[in-house]
Amino acid sequence: MLFFSFFKTLVEQQVTVELKNDISIRGTLKSVDQFLNIKLDDIEVLEELKYPHLSSVKNVFIRGSVVRYVHLPAAQVDTALLEDATRREAATQASKK
Amino acid sequence: MEEHDPPPQGGPPQLPPQMFTTAAQLLDLTDTNLVLTESVERIFARDVYADIPRGIFLVRGENVLLLGEVVWVFDSLQLTVSAKIWQDLDKDDYVPEPYREVSDNEAHEMQKQEKEDRKATDKSRAKKLHKLGFEVEHAGENLF
Repeated sequence: MLFFSFFKTLVEQQVTVELKNDISIRGTLKSVDQFLNIKLDDIEVLEELKYPHLSSVKNVFIRGSVVRYVHLPAAQVDTALLEDATRREAATQASKK
Repeated sequence: MEEHDPPPQGGPPQLPPQMFTTAAQLLDLTDTNLVLTESVERIFARDVYADIPRGIFLVRGENVLLLGEVVWVFDSLQLTVSAKIWQDLDKDDYVPEPYREVSDNEAHEMQKQEKEDRKATDKSRAKKLHKLGFEVEHAGENLF
């Protein structure tokens, strides 16, 4: 759930999503769901000449299972808060065992 | 991971439910099937592309990796016409510079060549890696 909650804090930010087939798509993060499916608006494909398939596409929905990385805007990430959330998640996991 | 109930006393030992994909989970994955009409397949190979009309497709949801919204003309009917929309209209037919449209056959031929080239490079790469003690899995396949 941590990743889901975290990505929700990045809605409306510019992110770059790298897929498992090496295509990187930059766009505005519009929404994310529990499977980490991602909706991006106003996209551009990095290395468009190598991957021309999406050249006339504006908005996309990406299945969570095909995402390799999400590149984050560093300035928009509250590291202290993220550390705290990670520890809390670990604590709840540990208490369940 | 969520905590699960302990196995019933006396019965056979139960494996944790998250070990397997259950039928219910499979249904969840596939309950968004799609019907596409007037579909067109666009193939790219090297510096050419071709559009092949394919008609109707019924797609099982689990195979969908990505949905993309192509900007169409009637978008502008709902909104006041702005510069941005004209830009998007241009984008509808936009294909980057070195690519040119060719016939189906030409594109398929090019695709075949490209595939063979890749097979050859993959093979020689696998050979070299093998000499160094690495084993290449799934050579030449696109995996998701």
